[in-house]
Amino acid sequence: MDKTWNNKAWFMVLPMLLLVAFSAVIPLMTVVNYSVQDTFGNNQFFWAGTDWFSDVLSSSRFHDALLRNLAFSAIILLIEVPLGIFIALNMPRKGLGVPFCLVFMSLPLLIPWNVVGTIWQVFGRVDIGLLGYSLNALGFDYNYVNDPFDAWVTVILMDVWHWTSLVVLLCYAGLVSIPDAYYQAAKIDGASRFSVFRYIQLPKMNRVLLIAVLLRFMDSFMIYTEPFVVTGGGPGNATTFLSIDLVKTAIGQFDVGPAAAMSLIYFLIILLLSWVFYTVMITNDARG
Amino acid sequence: MARIDLDHIRHAYLPNPTREEDYALREVHHSWEDGGAYALLGPSGCGKTTLLNIISGLLTPSEGRILFDGADVTGLQPEERNIAQVFQFPVVYDTMTVADNLAFPLRNRGMAEAAVQARVAEVLEMIDLTGIAHRKARGLTADLKQKISLGRGLVRADVNAILFDEPLTVIDPHMKWQLRSQLKLLHRSFGHTMVYVTHDQTEALTFADKVVVMYEGEIVQIGTPQELFERPSHTFVGYFIGSPGMNVLPVSLDGARAQLGSQSIVLPGAPGPTGGKRTELGIRPEYVQFGSEGMPVSIRAVEDIGRHKIVRAMIEGHELAVVLEEDKSVPTDPHVTFDPAGINIYADDWRVKLGD
Repeated sequence: MDKTWNNKAWFMVLPMLLLVAFSAVIPLMTVVNYSVQDTFGNNQFFWAGTDWFSDVLSSSRFHDALLRNLAFSAIILLIEVPLGIFIALNMPRKGLGVPFCLVFMSLPLLIPWNVVGTIWQVFGRVDIGLLGYSLNALGFDYNYVNDPFDAWVTVILMDVWHWTSLVVLLCYAGLVSIPDAYYQAAKIDGASRFSVFRYIQLPKMNRVLLIAVLLRFMDSFMIYTEPFVVTGGGPGNATTFLSIDLVKTAIGQFDVGPAAAMSLIYFLIILLLSWVFYTVMITNDARG
Repeated sequence: MARIDLDHIRHAYLPNPTREEDYALREVHHSWEDGGAYALLGPSGCGKTTLLNIISGLLTPSEGRILFDGADVTGLQPEERNIAQVFQFPVVYDTMTVADNLAFPLRNRGMAEAAVQARVAEVLEMIDLTGIAHRKARGLTADLKQKISLGRGLVRADVNAILFDEPLTVIDPHMKWQLRSQLKLLHRSFGHTMVYVTHDQTEALTFADKVVVMYEGEIVQIGTPQELFERPSHTFVGYFIGSPGMNVLPVSLDGARAQLGSQSIVLPGAPGPTGGKRTELGIRPEYVQFGSEGMPVSIRAVEDIGRHKIVRAMIEGHELAVVLEEDKSVPTDPHVTFDPAGINIYADDWRVKLGD
């Protein structure tokens, strides 16, 4: 059969291409451009090759920030995923409680990032914050401004507060899609509560959990606003994650070259880790 | 294996039922004999599934008791009742292999692993799944998944009863026939009490010794397939069973005669007093005969369905279906007579006994 070829159709793609070019491709290329050049100001640039990349890759500052970021992502995933599943399992399936729970769960997701940061910044303060003041009144020596451990606890609590809902809502969506017959069959088969979870609920949540883990990993690995507002990366560098470090380098110190190299490395790490996550979970899924 | 008594069971899904219409199950008082094969037949929404779930314990009835071999089990959970149930849509545990799926109910009851393996192998053989025993259940076709569900229903040898809730809905017609014969065979060899819910009359009539017909939350008739066909005790049974359904014509009664418009029909016996209820005459299309004598009819349509023809006619302003043998033709001046053996009289939809 002869197909009609009409290359004019390519013009239809043009507006989209322009849009993507201006919003993504050109800015990204600018970054690539910066990452291989050096400047002494006055808009005069010199070819620097891969120097910035090797600098960044061998700097302990980058290593530390990377490690902190990995630790942060690991911790929040370990808390938010099981907690999210647990809450989703205990949410009502029908009745008046459903809309109430759903709205209640969505609330933290609707609050802008920097507002979340501000809320926790105030909440944790030892002089006027409900959390900080109460903890100290109870005899705990809590102060996120001085103590790195307390700063970490605050940032993690904040992330859990902000994002567990996302995991809950996704899991809940998976759970309500399970037909009643499955639970009935499990009852008839004499399955224990754990078996129901292990063999019915978990397999049905598999796919949405994959999305939840991916989203939470990417988001937490790129986290910037909330810790920046609460701790500003401190005390010292205790909560300086990659993105905070990047902004310090790019805008604080105006080291455009290293910052560009760092962004690209950062981008590749996220891409790589997301791909690994995805592949591992899809393979597991296929194996069942 | 057990005899199951339903003692004045009523069920409403609403918390405070006041009217008769609030009940999904109006009142069921019935016994399932030990080892019987029953079909529960009725249109969608008549309460079949509700009744089944009450027997298995997934639902607790609003009123009434359930007895297994005389012991009250009304308050017991499904797992304590030792019942197997197969659902309309396949329920399989996706992450398990086919064999593990079958073993699941046995392992949950703490059966020794060697006995589990032996029993599973036996059932796999029975439902012809040995070849895929070690495949994951995920990704199998709906047919195979439903076979697994059936297998899980059959795997426990000591169950009180096996309940099937329209189990062959998703199975293609050829396989349907095969599985149904297999179930019948299993019933003969193991003698479990089986209750089979369906809205398909062929399925009900071929599977069961006794068919229980339900309509609007009530059991309207229990009988052998032949009884249901020849003596429907409710006009609904007449409509629902047989294809086409029974002709039901409004008549007025006068002793052993029924008056249909200007036509008078001789009844095989005189019905008792009907006390001003709405009276109707029911006759199956198979018992209506064409001839040159009898009541005049006008023909509206003839459907040739292969083995015989169905003639759609009008008699005294009412529709009448007649079954005509394939080689016979419709007469030019059609008259019909009703075979007295096929005449039933109904008062307010319930059959009235005819005296001699």
